[in-house]
Amino acid sequence: MFCEARAFASSLDPLIMTPERRSYTLDSTLETVDKSEQAATEVATETGFGEDEVLQIAMAVREAAVNAVLHGNAYDPEKKVRLEFERTGHDLVITIRDQGRGLDLAKVPDPLAPENLLKTSGRGIFLIRSFMDAVEIHPSQTGTEIKLIKHVHATAADGKEASQ
Amino acid sequence: MNLKTSTRQVDGVTIVDCSGRITLGEGSIVLRDNVKDLLAKGQKKLVLNLGDVNYIDSSGIGELVSAYTTVKNQGGELKLLNLTKKVHDLLQITKLYTVFDVKEDEAAAVKAFR
Repeated sequence: MFCEARAFASSLDPLIMTPERRSYTLDSTLETVDKSEQAATEVATETGFGEDEVLQIAMAVREAAVNAVLHGNAYDPEKKVRLEFERTGHDLVITIRDQGRGLDLAKVPDPLAPENLLKTSGRGIFLIRSFMDAVEIHPSQTGTEIKLIKHVHATAADGKEASQ
Repeated sequence: MNLKTSTRQVDGVTIVDCSGRITLGEGSIVLRDNVKDLLAKGQKKLVLNLGDVNYIDSSGIGELVSAYTTVKNQGGELKLLNLTKKVHDLLQITKLYTVFDVKEDEAAAVKAFR
């Protein structure tokens, strides 16, 4: 289970923290992107994932946070980003919610299409989907919620138990 | 660690040694400014040595693509050198590995410029 907030607590204090859940409300700034990645690294490590998976989870969270801050909230200081980590059964579930106008999924291009290969943006959601086991995107007029799910496999669970 | 760069010349080719992270914000800007400055000085044979770049996000990938097309549009050439496994894998899954001219050896990278 998630241990107590330690090193990053001074810079990123969770609003809610139970052994199974951590929740943060963050400003729409670039700093939030870095802090979200940092928090994801810590939670994924504590959950017992290996180095490669920790990196994938942290990168997926970073990309989702970038989308929330830039495209969703458009750096609006009045709008917040909600970040939540939850252990449910055999999954680590990470939810990132913004207060933007809602992502239009039909307008998200396929970055692997030959005509898009040399575009300088539009790879974030593709990378998120590549790195996580399941991704749910729920756009609405009051914002977009993205749920990132990574299965906690036996090795991760064993590693966690061994480290306790 | 944010991106740090230093440049050196080898046989008329400019090697940009990069270390740190190429990510949204400062890391991407450092790379963009560096390439822009080199092009402004007429240095159009560029090698980005990414041996010490341990992390690139989607914005960083976009910045590499931008550097590649900017140099090409000005009649130059940009090659990537010494990719770490993480960066290599990222370029593979985004299908950019075959777009970039990637070299594993500096001498070969320099020699590859016509």
